[in-house]
Amino acid sequence: MSAHSDHEHEFTTDRTTLVNALRKVLAADALLHQTEDLKPYECDGLSAYRQLPMVVAIPSTIEQVQAVMRICNELNVPVVARGAGTGLSGGALPHEQGVLLSLAKFKSILNIDTKNRSAVVQPGVRNLAISEAAAKHKLYYAPDPSSQIACSIGGNVAENSGGVHCLKYGLTVHNILKLKMVTIEGELITIGSEALDSAGYDLLALMTGSEGMLGVIVEVTVKLLPTPERAQVLLAAFDDVVKAGEAVGNIIAEGIIPAGLEMMDKLSIQAAEDFVHAGYPTDAEAILLCEVDGTNEEVSDHINAVREILERSGATEVRTAKDEAERANFWKGRKAAFPAVGRISPDYYCMDGTIPRKHLPEVLKGISDLSDEYGLKVANVFHAGDGNLHPLILYNANIEGELERTEEFGGKILELCVEYGGNITGEHGVGMEKINQMCVQFDSAELTQFHAVKHAFDHKGLLNPGKAVPTLHRCAEFGAMHVHHGELPFPELERF
Amino acid sequence: MSNDISQSLQQSVLEAADKGTALKIVGGNSKAFYGRETEGEILNIAGHSGILNYEPTELVVTARAGTTLAELEQTLADNNQMLPFEPPRFGETATVGGTVATNFSGPRRPYAGAVRDHVLGVKIINGKGEILHFGGEVMKNVAGYDLTRLMAGAMGSLGILLEVSFKVIPVPQKEITLYRNCSIDTAIQTMNDWAARPYPITASVFDGHNLYMRFGGSENAVEAARKKFGGDELNDSIDYWQRIKEHQHGFFDDDTPLWRLSVAPASKPFDLPGKTLLDWGGAQRWYKGEAAQEIIRRTAREAGGHAVMFRDGDRSQPFQPLEPVIMRLHKNLKQAMDPKNIFNPGRLYAKF
Repeated sequence: MSAHSDHEHEFTTDRTTLVNALRKVLAADALLHQTEDLKPYECDGLSAYRQLPMVVAIPSTIEQVQAVMRICNELNVPVVARGAGTGLSGGALPHEQGVLLSLAKFKSILNIDTKNRSAVVQPGVRNLAISEAAAKHKLYYAPDPSSQIACSIGGNVAENSGGVHCLKYGLTVHNILKLKMVTIEGELITIGSEALDSAGYDLLALMTGSEGMLGVIVEVTVKLLPTPERAQVLLAAFDDVVKAGEAVGNIIAEGIIPAGLEMMDKLSIQAAEDFVHAGYPTDAEAILLCEVDGTNEEVSDHINAVREILERSGATEVRTAKDEAERANFWKGRKAAFPAVGRISPDYYCMDGTIPRKHLPEVLKGISDLSDEYGLKVANVFHAGDGNLHPLILYNANIEGELERTEEFGGKILELCVEYGGNITGEHGVGMEKINQMCVQFDSAELTQFHAVKHAFDHKGLLNPGKAVPTLHRCAEFGAMHVHHGELPFPELERF
Repeated sequence: MSNDISQSLQQSVLEAADKGTALKIVGGNSKAFYGRETEGEILNIAGHSGILNYEPTELVVTARAGTTLAELEQTLADNNQMLPFEPPRFGETATVGGTVATNFSGPRRPYAGAVRDHVLGVKIINGKGEILHFGGEVMKNVAGYDLTRLMAGAMGSLGILLEVSFKVIPVPQKEITLYRNCSIDTAIQTMNDWAARPYPITASVFDGHNLYMRFGGSENAVEAARKKFGGDELNDSIDYWQRIKEHQHGFFDDDTPLWRLSVAPASKPFDLPGKTLLDWGGAQRWYKGEAAQEIIRRTAREAGGHAVMFRDGDRSQPFQPLEPVIMRLHKNLKQAMDPKNIFNPGRLYAKF
């Protein structure tokens, strides 16, 4: 199993010393160290990777977070921060020699500033809870990852989470103003400001998506946007995925940036339809869901234009949601696509590669070929507007060796994305899962540069060790493995 | 114009790193007024130019850092697209590299985002003379730390930009500017009230007398906004925003020190002697007056932000001083990217 860390050997934590030190700063019920209590923390949303931490710390104040960090820094103990544990790349996978730092008690919305259109929230606040709290002011928080009912804003910042409305409204990095962060030394610092920028380097951007490797986020100030006056969704069916991809390009070429633009392939459509009965055309090879939002007038103008473009692009059928209920229904199938696939297969493995959209036909063909080669089915769900592909590989973990084959297949898909000018993760993060593919995406000088940046914040390497950026040693081994199998995939890429 | 001088730039960096020579990185030299004054051997990147890839339907353009903004923006305009951040040039020689290094963003910024929001990828030379590639030509990318955005506003101190990929957006079908006379309090309230509603605002300025609001979008959306907002329509809308963006508006005429206060947008009017022009819906305030530096900085801090001595004043410390831990992280980052301290040392802060 590839979930082992490169750094494990570097840490030898004395459990008794650690527990005694943490007891002085945490209440008894905020410190877990019995195996049965640790169990719920052994994995995040990527349950294929499991590891018990040495202890779980569940502080309830910033001062306690600082105290825990000071202890870990002094005792040379790894720290893995965890929000809601919904991450899909194993970013919150515990370290066996370390502290799993849960931010679950930081659940308050501290302030909503309607005049400046911002909200100050603690990291454990759920993504959707922010928009719910802001709704009475006709404001909302734009990034909407599929897990928004459960995922927390601290984790969203750590992963730079996206969602289905990224093309128009951006990612987490575009929608936050300020962070409070605790350094590994236990110092509390403020990054960003209430203004649109701040003095010095853009540490706010650097922290966003840094996967718990540079500091622990203890407060987030997010931007709030006005709730659109109206949102309208169109559903278009195609008898060919290539035509559907071209239709997306045609919409953008007309100068329209839809709020959401999603594509599903035949297997996803059928799985979703069987599950939630959204009324999807199950004979279609692909469907597009296109949502436009804004003022009444803008939506009217754009919905007509988009319908015309879709028809011109060869859609076999175009439906406009006639009311809010039908709009919700159209989206229901897309939002339930993952669990729907979960119903037709004992297990599924979700990938997160990104590609320039023009290469969609080649990449889908490549995935289809790999699918035949590995004998594993794939359902494709695609954030078509921004090129983020989520192939879901169907497998059965109870069949000996099938998970390993699935992981290898998944790795190949990501390498395919890199080959076509894309990248290995659009929104789920590298974590533990895609650490080997980082060796394909970046060369040794680039990885060394990442390590130097990490060192600038955490010179002992205590924050989330072994995640996000592989050691050069690991990449050499990964590369060697490919050579051993005689199938070095992309000889034109620099390797080491 | 297309020209690749990356090898000679790399060679210059390797030599400078070897000898410990400070380099003063220059593109079009249009922003030499900005930041601290520094010494160093001039390394001119203007010759590294050309648009490398432009895919209108992917909303992405990649250009070498020495490409002029004039060339890039013309190419986009030919395809009815634009840079979302409406960058000021402060001179026709302004380059892509200088725009990213300063993170200079124009009137559209509060509604569409800054330079840093739209850089998707960079190719740089780091202080060790290595050519590195971060980010890419796709909208979403969370592989590795975001060193792409870290380059925006770093004033060249973390690396020499070779290539930059930007997200671009379509030009609005229609754009109009409406204005009306009001007090500064009314202006701040109006700008922020309107920004809290789903109207297609693309710029808003208060010049001391009038509030100017620009609306852009589909024909009917803009017409609906016109009815709701009222006021008079500005005839020379394009010229007006050009003058605001390039500091050619009458407010900027004299050469007394110009301060930029970046603050929470709904902040109350400042209690400072002199005159203020509000841009960015109140979030960027230009100030000219007699107030002491400490007072200006405190005013900005109390309004949730920071102050920059933008031009024509004391250049010994133009940027807001940093807290000690933040300063330590800056020095560490500088060390990580440029260990020999050769890139524009002292341009941002005296200490690195």
